[in-house]
Amino acid sequence: MRARVIVRLKPAVLDPQGEAVERALRGLGFSGVKNVRVGKLVELEVAGDAGLVKAELAAMADKLLANPVIEDYQVEVAG
Amino acid sequence: MSTAVVTFPGSNCDRDCALALREGLGAPAARAWHKDHELPPGTTSVILPGGFSYGDYLRCGAMAALSPIMAAVKRFADAGGPVLGICNGFQILCEARLLPGALLRNHDGLFHCEDAELEVSAGGAGMLMCFDRRQRITLPIAHGEGNYTADAATLDRLESEGRVAFRYVARDAQGNGAVNGAQRGIAGILGGPAGNVVGLMPHPERRSGAHLHGADGLVLLRGLVAAGQRPGEVRP
Repeated sequence: MRARVIVRLKPAVLDPQGEAVERALRGLGFSGVKNVRVGKLVELEVAGDAGLVKAELAAMADKLLANPVIEDYQVEVAG
Repeated sequence: MSTAVVTFPGSNCDRDCALALREGLGAPAARAWHKDHELPPGTTSVILPGGFSYGDYLRCGAMAALSPIMAAVKRFADAGGPVLGICNGFQILCEARLLPGALLRNHDGLFHCEDAELEVSAGGAGMLMCFDRRQRITLPIAHGEGNYTADAATLDRLESEGRVAFRYVARDAQGNGAVNGAQRGIAGILGGPAGNVVGLMPHPERRSGAHLHGADGLVLLRGLVAAGQRPGEVRP
């Protein structure tokens, strides 16, 4: 089963990478851009039924894919 | 009795640390590999050195925190053994949850490689015994992700328990480290059952003798070695 884990910095956490990207986008002429935040997308395949897979993905995120001190995550299972 | 210096793939300060121990202090240093399941026999203290373990994949220190040697380091730390994490080693200690908090990208997005003036806020005890409390020292920093962060309750607890080991002297208007944005100016903290685990962003091994323009870092390494040899009886 194809799945995705989206990892984002918590809203309160400063994202200098996002700020730099925002400045670069403005430099390209995209003047309406604001609040750019850069996160991570982890794509993976996991065996099992959707309910169990979701719980397993959450465990993966808690243990490794996200750092709960600074990041939030969201789990998506395809199909 | 020796200090084990752990090498992860991507560590690049491991040999500097071993050299500072051997040549600066005349103290024995043993090397440990990330795949080892045990620390070398006779280990009395441990250094997790700086570098870019596992290429900083996922997050700095995240992969190294799960390597086999870290289970042995955890056992050693839980038993009160002195462990010093330097730069990437500090990030690894946080990712391994041996120390609280996390190290974010520097607030200005830049990699900073320069001298930093520090206050040894927890000087006078444990592996910081060889420093006076609040002694000012200078150590080089070299990092892109040294912006220490934790929730307010954790920061309050670190301060009230005297577990802020090092602070940057230069602060911004909010009281954060001017160089990297570290909350409350925190450059290093201590933890473990007896304050025996210390992590800091600055590099003591890079200020470990006259040829490196000073020996402030050697004082920390001396405290680490001494803490392992005579727990509770460390003297300058």
